[in-house]
Amino acid sequence: MNEHPEAEITLRWNEPEVSYDVVIVGGGGHGLSIAYHLATRHDITNVLVLESGYIGGGNTGRNTTVIRANYGIPEAVRFYQHSLERYRALEDETGRAMMHDRKGLLWMAHSEAGVRQERARSAVNQAFGAETVYLEPDEIAEVCPEVDLTCGGGFPTVLGASFHQGATARHDRVVWALAEGAMRRGVHVAPGTAVIGLVHDAGRVVGVETAGGRIAAGTVVSAVGGNATVLADMAGVRLPIRTHPLQAFVTNRHQRRFDPIVASGDLGFYVSQTARGQMLLGAEIDRQPSYSRRSTHDLLASLSHRAITVLPFMRELRVLRQWTGSCDMSPDYSPVMGDTGVDGFLVTTGWGTWGFKAIPAGGEVMAERIATGVVPELMAPFALDRFGRDRTLADRGSSGTH
Amino acid sequence: MSLRIRCPHCGPRSVEEWVHGEIPVVPDAIADPDARDVDRGYMHTNEHGVVREAWFHLSGCRRWVTLWRDSRTDEWVEPPG
Repeated sequence: MNEHPEAEITLRWNEPEVSYDVVIVGGGGHGLSIAYHLATRHDITNVLVLESGYIGGGNTGRNTTVIRANYGIPEAVRFYQHSLERYRALEDETGRAMMHDRKGLLWMAHSEAGVRQERARSAVNQAFGAETVYLEPDEIAEVCPEVDLTCGGGFPTVLGASFHQGATARHDRVVWALAEGAMRRGVHVAPGTAVIGLVHDAGRVVGVETAGGRIAAGTVVSAVGGNATVLADMAGVRLPIRTHPLQAFVTNRHQRRFDPIVASGDLGFYVSQTARGQMLLGAEIDRQPSYSRRSTHDLLASLSHRAITVLPFMRELRVLRQWTGSCDMSPDYSPVMGDTGVDGFLVTTGWGTWGFKAIPAGGEVMAERIATGVVPELMAPFALDRFGRDRTLADRGSSGTH
Repeated sequence: MSLRIRCPHCGPRSVEEWVHGEIPVVPDAIADPDARDVDRGYMHTNEHGVVREAWFHLSGCRRWVTLWRDSRTDEWVEPPG
């Protein structure tokens, strides 16, 4: 494996020009995926991606890179299954390695309520193309012998749901490949350029303000993570979003290969092994809405305890790094994509703790909406106006972070 | 460091003992009563700065406390004015 992919990937930044057909705010996975799909699927290349920091340096670089489709409602399973399949094809399509690694996902239940939830979810998964099978405890022991099936005696494992197609990918490489693919076709990307205002004309959003000046746009797309409501507020759009911190950490290298991604809904924890052999752990979001990216000892202590309850070997490992991202949580734990009621201003937000896996499909459907003016079928259920129409998409149990 | 909340009855306690409660503010600009209901039910101001909020001390005195916090830093601040 080449450990220095930046030597082979060519990224040349652009000074923004004065006008574009499409300006995308946010140079993370979603923003760059929209640009990539506009260029590759619709031949729309007069596009600018603005990023306040460096590309992929927001939540795309702060998540735990799990790719799965075992969600709890038909609309979500269809969408994430499509995204998962697109992820698999993306390496060949872009010609760039993303360290896409199909590991399988083992989701354990330790209570009657947990089992009920997994059974319901598996039925929906099966019906909509995300293959899921049940495992009895002895079968779990075969798939993942490291698991303590009694979980320290306190949480005997009753059932596992195995999602074979679960995978991970390297977040930087995903971002770089999409950026490179878009830029090679003429898309401009400008890191270090924050949007400080929106330009309005007769009730329409017609551009953005940056420290370097005004940039006109046929369409402005907010692909912002963390500050989605701040940008929407500039457009006069109210969003159903609260921003919560989400923490994660990695340990030092575990000497043996640890194959599946292991999750427990009841314990509120999930773990996978990185390509470097480190164990990567995530858990629930912090309870207070906050833009702070401070990590806490509470989470570190509690999550470590949960981890060694399920996987006792982790007792021997040490914590290397802990970090925090900002998650845009929607009330129904589903994303919000598309029109906002303000002409010229689209959003893709509400990516909470499930955004990384949605990067290919999210960019694809948004690009189609921009190019054709028609809302694609996969995207339609996730419209912002679903809340006013009483058509929310409650999927809390599938997030793995609650 | 972890977020600690100063309870007027129990002293400083870890955030783990508390339930967060948003105090919803529907903008005056929204006039239509149905639209106001939707906003109150689903939309959030998601303040980027100082926010007034309610906390319920679930694993303690079980009382509600109103506090002001800077959402950019998670620091507690005095009520403005």
